[in-house]
Amino acid sequence: MKTIYLDHAATTPVDNKVFLAMESYFSEDYGNPSEPHLWGQKARGAIDQAREKVAEFLGAKPQEIIFTSGATEAINLAHKGLIEAVRKTQNKTPHIITSSIEHKAVMETCKHLEKLGWAKVTYLPVNKDGLVNLQDLEKAIQPETILVSIMYINNEVGTIQPIREIGEAISQINKLRMENGELKIYFHTDATQAIQYLDCNVEKLGVDLLSLSGHKIYAPKGVGALYFKKGMPLRRQQDGGGQEYRLRAGTENVPYIVGLGKAIELAQQNKEYSTKYIGKLREKLIEGVLKIPKVELVGNASKNTPHIATFLVKGVEGESMMLLLSDQGIAASSGSACTSGLLEPSHVLLAMGYQPEKAHGSIRFSLGKDNTEEEIGKVIKVLPEIVQKLRKMAPKL
Amino acid sequence: MNFSQIYSKKVLEHVRNPQNMGEIKNPDGVATVGNPRCGDIMRLYIKIEKKDGKDYIKDAKFQTLGCGAAISTSSIITTMVKGKPLSEAEKITNQAIVEALGGLPISKTHCSLLAADALKKAINNYRQTHKR
Repeated sequence: MKTIYLDHAATTPVDNKVFLAMESYFSEDYGNPSEPHLWGQKARGAIDQAREKVAEFLGAKPQEIIFTSGATEAINLAHKGLIEAVRKTQNKTPHIITSSIEHKAVMETCKHLEKLGWAKVTYLPVNKDGLVNLQDLEKAIQPETILVSIMYINNEVGTIQPIREIGEAISQINKLRMENGELKIYFHTDATQAIQYLDCNVEKLGVDLLSLSGHKIYAPKGVGALYFKKGMPLRRQQDGGGQEYRLRAGTENVPYIVGLGKAIELAQQNKEYSTKYIGKLREKLIEGVLKIPKVELVGNASKNTPHIATFLVKGVEGESMMLLLSDQGIAASSGSACTSGLLEPSHVLLAMGYQPEKAHGSIRFSLGKDNTEEEIGKVIKVLPEIVQKLRKMAPKL
Repeated sequence: MNFSQIYSKKVLEHVRNPQNMGEIKNPDGVATVGNPRCGDIMRLYIKIEKKDGKDYIKDAKFQTLGCGAAISTSSIITTMVKGKPLSEAEKITNQAIVEALGGLPISKTHCSLLAADALKKAINNYRQTHKR
């Protein structure tokens, strides 16, 4: 059976060009980059090159890029590293502002800091479209606020947060704080889903910290990066050797870092095309799926990322939809409780104001560069049949 | 690509081809358990037949809104009770349902509780509405 992969927000395949770029660093150019000999220096050169590519993509300096094992580690380092670095210099407990729809990596890190008593955290609500309100954010700022952390594109529903506007507002507040000799507010964004589709220039966004992951952009799993503004307080969370500007100890994962560099270079080259091409596929998908009665798209179609479309299907449970789609060779995802291993539906959908009974019927399709119109055509042919079958099975309430 | 890493062959069989799905008009017993907020809701209908002064489950049908585990437990319980004396059917435990399905993932065992509960309540409903 021909399979159709529509779960690119979960992970992507490694691009062949990325794979080829990595290949020689496993068994040929395997040196430890910390060693001064030929082998070591070859590896060092490869890392430097990858770092330059990532830096160039973000409009940053190479010294502002730390390679990590993924976005989760980058996020942990950004949040914990900043709080640890500033907490001793403050009389009061530092305050973090984040949103109620962040990825678990941010949410759980914030909860942990709260539990330790190292930070107080405000979780901002979102509106029906999944957007943070700028006024809410400004109102939440306290004298102790040290960090604002808002994701760029939500991975579950594809809404895009006004990062640039938030960055601008924070920089205005920081101007006043500087005049008063106070500590500034640092701004972090989890850009994991945004790299391929949106402008990620850190200057334009006004962010001090930005996390990203390799495996969402056709590099392998197990590599990511953190951008941190030079000179900002940050305490490493993994102790050991002096790698990564003394901010992330451990021998560098050379082939994977090379892969990430290549993937980000390709993302830059293809950004315009993929945004247009994938956006068109998504339009077709949305148009087709919304023909099914009692189905709604989550978020505002015209304002969402081109690669994610999440639907709420009334009277159907998400996992059973995924299962029957999978029988047709189609991979999708769901925010229903039954897919989470917990008994709670997606915190993102609940935060957007959807009732649990609605959230259980969610199905997410996330598109990638290799999807075709034909594939989308198959999905919009098969899905109505699956929905009909499952609705027929359900009791009338 | 399939769900065979999560579910047993038997579970998948029942999800793909649910047995005794639908409604019994004028059932002798009916129960609805679970609720849409939790994501699973199950309705079980039974039709009773008296033979030699004993109650037998002549027919059983289900309607379910839920995940694969919920659908398969609903489906299999109807096959387990059909033709059985009521006194035997009411002894079916959730463990027996899980076993009949060749196992369920631990996070899904609550679905088997739902099916056992639905059966118990449908039988109670029959007894209450058919008191002599």
